Amino acid sequence: MHLIFFLIFAAFCLAGAVNLLVQTHPINSALSLIVVMISLAVLYLLLGAEFLAAAQIIVYAGAVMVLFTFVVMLLNAGSEERTHGSHAAYSIGLPAVVAIFAIIATVLLRAQGLGTVGPANAITTTEELSTVLFTELLLPFEVTSVLILIAILGAVALASKGRGEANAPKERSQR
Amino acid sequence: MNVLPLWLIPLFPLAGFLLNGIRGRCLPKWQVTTLALAAPLASFAVVLNAARRFAGMPIVETCPFPWIEVGALRIDFSFVLDQLSLVMLLVVTGVGLLIHIYSVGYMAEEKGYARYFSYLNLFLFFMNVLVLAGNALVMFIGWEGVGLASYLLIGFYFEKNSAANAGKKAFLVNRVGDFGFLVALFLLIANFGTLTFTEIATKIAACAGWQGGVITVIALCLLLGATGKSAQLPLYVWLPDAMEGPTPVSALIHAATMVTAGVYMIARLHVLFAHSPFALGIVAIVGAATAIFAATIGLAQNDIKRVLAYSTISQLGYMFLACGVAAYSAGIFHLMTHAFFKALLFLAAGSVIHGLGGEQDLRKMGGLWKKLPVTFAVTTVGVLAISGIPPFAGFYSKDAILYAAFVQGPGGMALWLVGAITALLTSVYMFRLWYMVFLGKPRSEDVHPRESPWTMLGPLVALALLALGGGWIGIEHFSSFLAPSTGPLSLEAVTPHLERNLSIAAVGIALLGWLIAHILYYAKPSAPATLAGAAPRVYKLIAHKYYVDEIYSAVLVKPLLLFSRCFLGWVVDGAILGGLAWLLAALANLGGMILQRWQSGNLRSYAAWIAAGAAALLLYALVPWNALWPLSLDTLLKGMGH
Amino acid sequence: MNGFLAQQVPLSWFLLLSAALFALGIVGFLFKRNLITIFLSIELMLNAVNLSFVTFASQWHAVKGQIFVFFVMMVAAAESAVGLAIIIAIFRVRATLAVDQIDRMKR
Repeated sequence: MHLIFFLIFAAFCLAGAVNLLVQTHPINSALSLIVVMISLAVLYLLLGAEFLAAAQIIVYAGAVMVLFTFVVMLLNAGSEERTHGSHAAYSIGLPAVVAIFAIIATVLLRAQGLGTVGPANAITTTEELSTVLFTELLLPFEVTSVLILIAILGAVALASKGRGEANAPKERSQR
Repeated sequence: MNVLPLWLIPLFPLAGFLLNGIRGRCLPKWQVTTLALAAPLASFAVVLNAARRFAGMPIVETCPFPWIEVGALRIDFSFVLDQLSLVMLLVVTGVGLLIHIYSVGYMAEEKGYARYFSYLNLFLFFMNVLVLAGNALVMFIGWEGVGLASYLLIGFYFEKNSAANAGKKAFLVNRVGDFGFLVALFLLIANFGTLTFTEIATKIAACAGWQGGVITVIALCLLLGATGKSAQLPLYVWLPDAMEGPTPVSALIHAATMVTAGVYMIARLHVLFAHSPFALGIVAIVGAATAIFAATIGLAQNDIKRVLAYSTISQLGYMFLACGVAAYSAGIFHLMTHAFFKALLFLAAGSVIHGLGGEQDLRKMGGLWKKLPVTFAVTTVGVLAISGIPPFAGFYSKDAILYAAFVQGPGGMALWLVGAITALLTSVYMFRLWYMVFLGKPRSEDVHPRESPWTMLGPLVALALLALGGGWIGIEHFSSFLAPSTGPLSLEAVTPHLERNLSIAAVGIALLGWLIAHILYYAKPSAPATLAGAAPRVYKLIAHKYYVDEIYSAVLVKPLLLFSRCFLGWVVDGAILGGLAWLLAALANLGGMILQRWQSGNLRSYAAWIAAGAAALLLYALVPWNALWPLSLDTLLKGMGH
Repeated sequence: MNGFLAQQVPLSWFLLLSAALFALGIVGFLFKRNLITIFLSIELMLNAVNLSFVTFASQWHAVKGQIFVFFVMMVAAAESAVGLAIIIAIFRVRATLAVDQIDRMKR
């Protein structure tokens, strides 16, 4: 069963990723990414990470991607134009990406000692997870809450009206 | 304070130089004067202290930290006080002190008062270092330093073109001599492995048969250095021009002390010259030739200081002659008496110039004996001394030299003859000066002479007393005192009355010169013009100093300037060095222009380069480069899978 | 059927998938011209890494691997909030989301 599920949802992942690249309007790309994330949640389940699968859907697909969608709709920028602004991206970036993928893939394929996963392997319960999270790693956990607070403050400061409005008319007239 | 260390002797003038040089401009004049006089006075006091405790054995002081230590060669900062350096130090600091006192009066109205005294103290510092040096390299420090001080003081009135040029000329000509000194230093290191005087003497004494060859070369190189510093042929040309400096400077540096450094150096290294008779002969010939050459030029000069300058060159020739016949103590004796009467004559000339408000031309002076009585008296003493008339100092020393030359054999007799003719000429031109300045009728109406202040007259009188009695110690006592450091003076009499006869001949020559001068410049004032008219070519030759300066200029100076301007200036400096600098700048510019295009501001380009960097890092980290030999895909993949 | 249903999936396949997603994320970052799409590619890359973490956590039976994913999600959320605020600010000033036209930091 794991094999079938893996094949299906891995295909969904790859399709969603390729679609993200292919689409021109950002809203389509965002929706494709949601597909990827949900597929990934299923894959986490296959690997025995039940809490993470739930968190993936709730936090990532449900909050972060919604935020993205909000911003796309707010800005309403439209499809992107076909401009060739950077030659370096094609001439240097593409070989670099190919090289990275090739190296990692080769290392992985030649690795020994990697196991398998199937119906018989253990599922990490939420209880196990929270035990470690709230005892051993309590400090990092609290620090992340501070991090999120800072992010909130930063986002509010950046996006508040006073910052952008004053410059905008000047910029538009210069262009 | 019974025992004062030797290094105090140069230290006081150095302190005076620094204090007056840095703060002198802001200090009131009396403070500058106090500082300036305190330094040579303190120095002289330390010298007297050292003289008092000197017991015959050389006093050596070495700095505990070595200066140069390379392989087997070791050179320290060391000061040595033996008989020779003691005599020199007494002359340098004593006469130096008197001249400092004189300068207070002479330079009283000049601007740059503090600068003058700081330079003068600097000169004293270096001269003391030169005299006290225990090895040739420390002596070279002093050698170069007095050259520097001389340049600074000759060009003291630097706003005058002639003074600045004279300073440059002195320094450059000295440089040629210094080259000889340096080559000698290198050869000494190569052949003796040391520069310390005592060690050189020991090494030479150890192999008595070592004659000629490399020692001759060393000695001749040292002679070159000495001719530069002591203004002998062919490097004497700077000394007459050096009269552009203030008169006390001419007295101190170019009469009494610096120009004697060459003689001192030869006396110091006499062991080398003793093992090279050829070099000694050259020294004697150079000395004698210079003496008569300069004396002939002095006959036709009209500037009071120029006459004295050529006279100095001539007397230095006598000292070289003495060293050339291995009568070193006679040479030092004449050095001492010459310091007294030549400084006296220069300072008296300064007094005349000061009294006349700057006039230096002999043809405008005359009849000054009434208005400048003290100056007249002391000048008379100086003229009698230099002419070699007993009982004044010059007689004893000149007599010793001429006698030492005479007993050296046929060559010696020829040298004696040259020396005798020079004595005649010396007497003539010195009395000429005496008559033209002080006696007769005033030749020019617009001079208003006034006698000098006591700060100037005091040292004059002191020097006059020294010029009178400085020779009474006698050559026998003097040479026996100096014998441990300069070698014994063997003047065995060939015939019992030879010395007395030669002395009488010398006095007669001097008096004959006085008579000639009396006739030409007092009894029949129109006679010189008639004589000059009778042999116009000869007169012109002498009056233009045998055109030596012009010859040097055409043969040496102009080609050198041309070479510098064309080759070194255009080719080396302009094309090669300038081109190199331009090339480097152009490369940097080019690199900048190329790299500038990387900063495009384009996010995707930056991302591409980041990805490329990441790929490179992964490649470097995960590929087993060591296992790539021999290069095969199999080993590559196998290695990456570990 | 039992044999088929009980088939195991080699973990290396998960890792390969993760590498592929990561590479696709880089490609998106390099070639897309809309700022928001670029940001989406970054999120894709983060997810790919998360997958590899969970894979290894399963391999070594280490809970800490999954906790790290938890933290990565936290940071990604915070970072996307701030990043989108920046994008909004840029849009206010430049009125465009084309990344080729936002190049004021050139020489």
